[in-house]
Amino acid sequence: MPDSSPPETPVPHYRSLSAAGWYLHGVRTAISIPAVILASTFVGFAALAISAGMSVEHAVFMTGMIWALPGKVVLIGAINAGNGVLSAAFAVALSSMRLTPMVVALMPEMRTPRSRNWVLCLASHFVAVTAWVLAMEKMHVVPPERRTLWFIGLGSTLIFINMVVVALVYFLAADLPDVLSAALLLLTPLYFVTSLWGSARERAGHVAMVAGILLWPLVHLVLPEFSLLATGVLGGGLAYGYHRHVRVRGKAAT
Amino acid sequence: MTFDALDTWWWPFVYILIAGWLATDSWRFLGVYLGGRLSSDSEILVLVRAVATALVAGVISSLVIAPSGPLAETALLLRVGAAAAGFASYILFGRRILVGIFVGEAVLVAGMLMS
Repeated sequence: MPDSSPPETPVPHYRSLSAAGWYLHGVRTAISIPAVILASTFVGFAALAISAGMSVEHAVFMTGMIWALPGKVVLIGAINAGNGVLSAAFAVALSSMRLTPMVVALMPEMRTPRSRNWVLCLASHFVAVTAWVLAMEKMHVVPPERRTLWFIGLGSTLIFINMVVVALVYFLAADLPDVLSAALLLLTPLYFVTSLWGSARERAGHVAMVAGILLWPLVHLVLPEFSLLATGVLGGGLAYGYHRHVRVRGKAAT
Repeated sequence: MTFDALDTWWWPFVYILIAGWLATDSWRFLGVYLGGRLSSDSEILVLVRAVATALVAGVISSLVIAPSGPLAETALLLRVGAAAAGFASYILFGRRILVGIFVGEAVLVAGMLMS
């Protein structure tokens, strides 16, 4: 399999690139249409951070340290609500749980017998929706022993670009017209709703998504403190029930 | 301890490290640990993915229904309509993220300019 040539991305120097060459290949892979969309959502995130009264160094630091967008949005919400550090950590941890299965899905492609755990952990820091989708799509052109380095090139470039984007928005866009700020704030949910639908692995993912979107407003009325957790457990449980139901019926039919 | 509990320059960074970095990268590192041990189509991961997906969907819902900043000044119906139009055109026109974003934004901006 590793020798079958990929149809869409021609790599003329397959296997003959140096380690640094594969790192740079990862950097180049980061410069892409999904990266442009991601950068625009970070303009939206910066607008959100500004409207929440965050300072530029905190917003940029958050971008580098958390990286995944929902976690940052939840953290800003918790800071704004005056939550203590532990309850904020709890809320962020809940929204970041989804990163575990993404990393798990990526590991079999990156891990070789010689992989070191700390290097894999470093690479895993760059896992978020966009980097993950790009990696799943393009990683097969990279020789297995270079994939971790390649992914670090890809992920670090995406993080760096967006840390710069966040800082630039602070310096350039202090007084955006309301229509533009509102439009930027809508970018994040629009990007999430489309990319999340596209990245669902099974039908249960779509059920979970619809359930989560519809449940949140109801749950929020009853349990404002735990609205995200309760939405996740209820919506996810529903979707998993659907998954079991379909599987049992499928087995009965065959 | 809240974000501005201590009047020092470093406390907000420590707060972000604990509530942000630690709370996020723990899950990533757990993924590295489990990565060699779990098959990515195992049954427990279907449940984990479903809960995670519903959670992000809840975030989407909250960003549209209870947004902050200038977006909060717009009508709820306009925001929901814009997001729904964006999503519908994403589904209808070949699942292109750019199409969904463009249509959603167009509906929002048109609605804001007309009101």
